[in-house]
Amino acid sequence: MAKDNVVVIGGGPCGIEVSRNLRDMGYTPILLEQQSELGGHLRKWDRLFPEGVEARKVLKELTSDLKGVKWFTDVNIESIQKSRKGYTVNVDTGMSFETKALVLTTGFKLFPAENKQEYGYNIYERVITNADLEQFFKTRKDSRIQNPKTIGFVHCVGSRDEKACNRQCSKVCCATAVKQASEIKEIFPDATVYCFYMDLRLFGRSYEDMYLNAQRKYGVRFIRGRVSEVSEDIDGKLYVKAEDTLLGKPMKIKMDLLVLMTGILPGDSTRPFAEMLKVPTGEDGFFTPKDTILEPCVTKEGGLFVAGACTGPKTIPETISEARATAIQVHKYLS
Amino acid sequence: MIYKGKQKIWSDYQKEIPDDHWFYVRSCIRQNFFPASEVTFLRILRDELGKDIYETPHHTTCGGIAYHQECIPQETQMTIIARQFALMTEAGYENYACSCITSFGLYCETLETWHEMPEVLERIRENLWKACRREFNIPKYLAHSSDLVYKFRDEIAEKAKYKLVNKETGEPLKVVEHIGCHYAKMFPSKGVGGAEYPYVLVGMAEKWGGNVIDYPERRHCCGYGFRQYHVKANRGYSISNTHKKFESMEPYHPDFIVTNCPGCPYFLDRWQYVIAEQTGKTYGGNGYGIPVLTYEEMAGLVLGYDPWDLGMQTHQIAVEPLLDKIGVKYDESKKYEGTGGKPLPEPEFPMNIRCC
Amino acid sequence: MIDFGYSLSKSRTLRIDNLDDSRFKALHKLEPDAYKCIGCGSCTASCSAGVFTELSLRKILLSMQRGDEKEYLNQLQSCMLCGKCMLVCPRGINTRHLILSICKICSIEK
Repeated sequence: MAKDNVVVIGGGPCGIEVSRNLRDMGYTPILLEQQSELGGHLRKWDRLFPEGVEARKVLKELTSDLKGVKWFTDVNIESIQKSRKGYTVNVDTGMSFETKALVLTTGFKLFPAENKQEYGYNIYERVITNADLEQFFKTRKDSRIQNPKTIGFVHCVGSRDEKACNRQCSKVCCATAVKQASEIKEIFPDATVYCFYMDLRLFGRSYEDMYLNAQRKYGVRFIRGRVSEVSEDIDGKLYVKAEDTLLGKPMKIKMDLLVLMTGILPGDSTRPFAEMLKVPTGEDGFFTPKDTILEPCVTKEGGLFVAGACTGPKTIPETISEARATAIQVHKYLS
Repeated sequence: MIYKGKQKIWSDYQKEIPDDHWFYVRSCIRQNFFPASEVTFLRILRDELGKDIYETPHHTTCGGIAYHQECIPQETQMTIIARQFALMTEAGYENYACSCITSFGLYCETLETWHEMPEVLERIRENLWKACRREFNIPKYLAHSSDLVYKFRDEIAEKAKYKLVNKETGEPLKVVEHIGCHYAKMFPSKGVGGAEYPYVLVGMAEKWGGNVIDYPERRHCCGYGFRQYHVKANRGYSISNTHKKFESMEPYHPDFIVTNCPGCPYFLDRWQYVIAEQTGKTYGGNGYGIPVLTYEEMAGLVLGYDPWDLGMQTHQIAVEPLLDKIGVKYDESKKYEGTGGKPLPEPEFPMNIRCC
Repeated sequence: MIDFGYSLSKSRTLRIDNLDDSRFKALHKLEPDAYKCIGCGSCTASCSAGVFTELSLRKILLSMQRGDEKEYLNQLQSCMLCGKCMLVCPRGINTRHLILSICKICSIEK
């Protein structure tokens, strides 16, 4: 029995997993990805918290069996028409796809660190981002990282910040910072590592262990205070200013490397799709599903589904679960 | 330092500055602190570049210092500004340039207030009409006078007699640029280069041969900060903040500091004397201070104007070491010769800082 | 009275229910954002007076909530109202306005 096509837009972990599950249920998923490879942000990451599973392995697992999934990379969506039967998706390569159900898994983007000008990303040599550091963990190559002796992590860069027009917590960066602080300490055991935080939000199972490990095993020092500004000294080192709020004194520290934990924003395609398909978005710019508690993957438009980080920051396991749940919702809708 | 990163920011913060026909208003205090700077601005714009710059003696204070010390309410201050705009309108101008950074910030704040709250604008129009039967148009363009010098930096470079280069070594002079806080910190989009890495003075200094240094406390206030200085009990803050900047720039051995605000050059200049007398420390080498220039003085030097015509004898910190580095010709005996040969009173010399 | 060589220790526990936070409540009426502060310290870290004095807006707000009048009145004296804290506050609090409202409530001339 030949079942329907289902178009899935966005080939990150969520889109891949939705497609694989639909395929398993006998549908023909058509997975469309803008980049030239599947995998989304996972491609750029080295290891995943809390246990440090290699991102490469997860991605390999996800993409190892795509038989029956029609996937296309380097495609941009030109337009989507809604008809009584469903949707017609037209892409820039000239193809168009008919589908009764459309799944948006368009993901997120990282806050552009250079927008927080006072932190000097792209201005000061030794200021990098969480994404840059993952790249370094993968390749062990980055001219900005030269045996640093003092390393700082700045939490909440572009999240929980009304001045950066993003009031929301990005949820995963605290855990990422703790993970990265431990990892970098492993590479540079002589370095002193500081984390500047406002609140530590380590919400998941065994994340607290990761945090304790960072303190006990790696000696990462946690300073409760938000970095106010960064400048460069004559020797190229960074001056970082914050308040040590627990002591109640302004502080200044010289650093060899500063890592900005950039927050999570809706992907660039979120707004155009929201307008094209009339999906509501919240004040934070992410898609708002029909019911955030009971129907987190369903929209008010029949046949239109949203899953993964396009409805808010998520961890990989959360994304995977949501992808599987969405496949079932799609199946229920189509049968 | 990644220069390209800065260039990216600079290109993001560019503002439109018309070529000609400006209504120009002076600062209340600059004429006392740096008496020839505004005259030099007019000399450069009018005589060197042939621009039409209009001035009127009817211009008054913008009310800035009173407003910032909470002596007058915003409505009064906005009405004062409305009157200045009326003078511009009556003179037939649309482009408004002011010499003072406090005023510039206040003009930006006022225009923004009127933009956000048109009912306030209507009330101010009414206030002004009741008070002095005047009407006004909002300027089409608002600029600080340093924006204009920045705009014409290429033309000035073409006419330059000197470069900001050490004559002996051929090395570019090391320049500290200091921007008045109210230039762009409140409205980053209104300043050339934005608030974090302003370009307005960097553009001039680099064009004329200098090398700008970026030291850790570059963003910090000069120390004036209105209440910090004006209330004597708070004056310790003022000098402490200035001191913090000097300590931070010291390792770079700057040749001079250039500023675009009325207060900043005054405090950066005069506090060096007080710091020297309080602590014995000087920052300019050989017991001298670091000369502090206004951008008009810097432009005037580059154009080969006589430093005494630029009013540089009124600085606390001796400028002669800088003049010698550049190779500017000057007559030491004319230093205290006023206009028409009338001698100016000679200052007393301080104990701990060399002033020639 | 007999000296036993030891005595009753005085409790240093803060009795939050007995504290006078009426000024903070009044402030909250004028400035609903007063509760938005998460004490991140950005204001203190960028404060031009905080480097030289005890001034910390974060602590002023906390001491008002705790009824520690001496503490916040003392700190308020150091504020120059430059507004730098307003530029950095991640919660978007109009800190300068907030301080002026505190002064109004405490009848301090700034």
